[in-house]
Amino acid sequence: MSKKPTASPVTKDAAGASEPGRHRQAPINAVLSQEERIELFRVMVRIRRFEERSLRAYQAKKIGGFLHLYIGQEAVAVGCCSLMGKHDHVITAYRDHGHAIAVGMDTKPLMAELYGKITGCSKGKGGSMHYFDPSRNYWGGHGIVGGQIPLGAGLAYAIKYKGLKGAAMAFMGDGAVNQGAVHEAYNLAALWDLPVIFVVENNGYSMGTSQARSSAGDLARRADGYHMAWGTCDGHDVYEVRSVMNEFLQRAREQSKPAVVEIKTYRYRGHSVADPDKTYRDKSEIEEYQRTKDPINVFRSILIADGVFTEADAERIDTEARNEADIAANFAEASPFPTADDIQKDVYWEVDHPEQRTSQGRLFFT
Amino acid sequence: MPQITYREAIRHALAEELDRDHNVVVMGEEVAQFNGTYKVTEGLLAKYGPKRIVDTPISEAGFIGMGIGASMLGVRPVMELMFWSFYSVAFDQILNNAANVRYMSGGQINCPIVIRGPANGGTNVGATHSHTPENVLANHPGVKVVVPSTAYDAKGLLKSAIRDNDPVFFLENTILYGEKGEVPDSEYLIPLGKADVKREGKDITIVTYGRSVLHSLAAAERLAKENKISVEVVDLRSIRPLDIDTVLASVVKTHRVLIVEEQKPFASVGSQLAYMIQREAFDELDGPIHRLATIDAPAIYSPPVEIEQLPNPNRVVAAVLEALA
Repeated sequence: MSKKPTASPVTKDAAGASEPGRHRQAPINAVLSQEERIELFRVMVRIRRFEERSLRAYQAKKIGGFLHLYIGQEAVAVGCCSLMGKHDHVITAYRDHGHAIAVGMDTKPLMAELYGKITGCSKGKGGSMHYFDPSRNYWGGHGIVGGQIPLGAGLAYAIKYKGLKGAAMAFMGDGAVNQGAVHEAYNLAALWDLPVIFVVENNGYSMGTSQARSSAGDLARRADGYHMAWGTCDGHDVYEVRSVMNEFLQRAREQSKPAVVEIKTYRYRGHSVADPDKTYRDKSEIEEYQRTKDPINVFRSILIADGVFTEADAERIDTEARNEADIAANFAEASPFPTADDIQKDVYWEVDHPEQRTSQGRLFFT
Repeated sequence: MPQITYREAIRHALAEELDRDHNVVVMGEEVAQFNGTYKVTEGLLAKYGPKRIVDTPISEAGFIGMGIGASMLGVRPVMELMFWSFYSVAFDQILNNAANVRYMSGGQINCPIVIRGPANGGTNVGATHSHTPENVLANHPGVKVVVPSTAYDAKGLLKSAIRDNDPVFFLENTILYGEKGEVPDSEYLIPLGKADVKREGKDITIVTYGRSVLHSLAAAERLAKENKISVEVVDLRSIRPLDIDTVLASVVKTHRVLIVEEQKPFASVGSQLAYMIQREAFDELDGPIHRLATIDAPAIYSPPVEIEQLPNPNRVVAAVLEALA
């Protein structure tokens, strides 16, 4: 693939744009077993039921602060993360629950983190926006729009420095593309041929401001300015996400080349649950997307049409996902909060490893 | 013992750590081909090659953020800020990402990164290039802040900083780069958080760090000769962690304290020190704690007046006499 803009044959184009399942025969999808296809569906459903359950907990005042829901965007994280190999890494912003589940994190500590419990994945110290699991190559979960993108370039830098065949996926929303740190990271990645894919999850709204009112030009095409390859794809079809992303990931792993991929998607809920979502879009817009492009419904139809599973199988998976979310909520509810003694743990590596401390003097102050 | 400059001491520390650990990478604007704006990194590219000594674009948020990300995966970047004043354009990376990522991940991640470069006034470069952000940096739990005053300290502290598993911010001084001091040929480390009594005395303790140590020592010499006043000079060397015990031991000895710092006064390092000294050694004090700081305005350009804006030996002498009056 050249550095010229989107010569990618799998990039969305005018011909046959939204035909469901048209990517089922793409090589990366054709090799999937029946079970692997069902697993893609199952993870999407688990994300959705987890988040719906978390919303109920939020409404019941079990969860504080922000809660940025991913509902509607599930095929993006699931499609991308399903492609991860041993040396591939992921970093994302604050709408991070979907990616966490997609990389394989257990939903119990995820829910407990929302409840602010010590059993949470960050011991109740990070909250909704700050999920991490380095053991699964998942580096957060970051709260400042675009702030994680230089870190994503850094993951790629480390992969390259160590001579590993891997790639980093640095996710951001469409609102992040106007942040300076993102462009600085683009420049570095292109300048130094870092194996990073900058994934713009374009849900159409930067918080409560539409793309048209916040971003000039085409988002992915900005990569041209850095002589970086780019592509776009529809994010409601998990097969399409896998097909497009796989090409860029392979190129990153094998040729150490960065790219920007804009994945068109949609969120059903407000920017966060504190967003009344009444001022900047029409309810009919949400309903239209749900009716025609819901990623879970679209994929369920494809799998049923292809004879991969039946309606009953889909229902059973859904029931299991609801049960899993309830179990996670019960686990969170039953777990203890951290104590005041925990506040000053996990601040310094040295303090947490006193036997290996080399510095002296006071690290904390009153 | 050989006499080398503060600049060479830092360079030797970098070279020794580059030799010791393959994961150490030196990175920053003009550190490689140009040999460093202040020649700290001179010759390193020739010796270690472009994989280890990396020129970056003028893009502090980008390259420092990148270094933080790389450090999470075990690379140990030593990033040069051409001036610490440029920290403001990378503030989110330094103080949201590097400082917080360990905490927010519940202790799953650590950032073994060093950010180093000069942070000082006195070179007539105006307000934008004369910041001394050690108080701002040290206000963030999760980071370590070091400000060496001599060649010996700079080398031993930088080697410790590079081996440290937490983010360490290392604040040098362009005016000190050419200052010579005795540095042994054999390897040594100085632990972070260990103050150093640079001059023993009995009448008053000056608590200071960075270039102000040199001003304080010059003032102490004059005060001894001209006023028969015996000044003890405690060099903090490290702001966070802070060796308050050495400070308190000196207060117990002299019962008088002057803090000298190249900081704007409001919420400075000295403010924190004064709080701690009065809180922990109130009964030892024979008078109020005094402080000599930078005169509270943006850094003035006018060369002769900038000298007066900053701590200098004359101002230190006057401040000691006032404290003992």
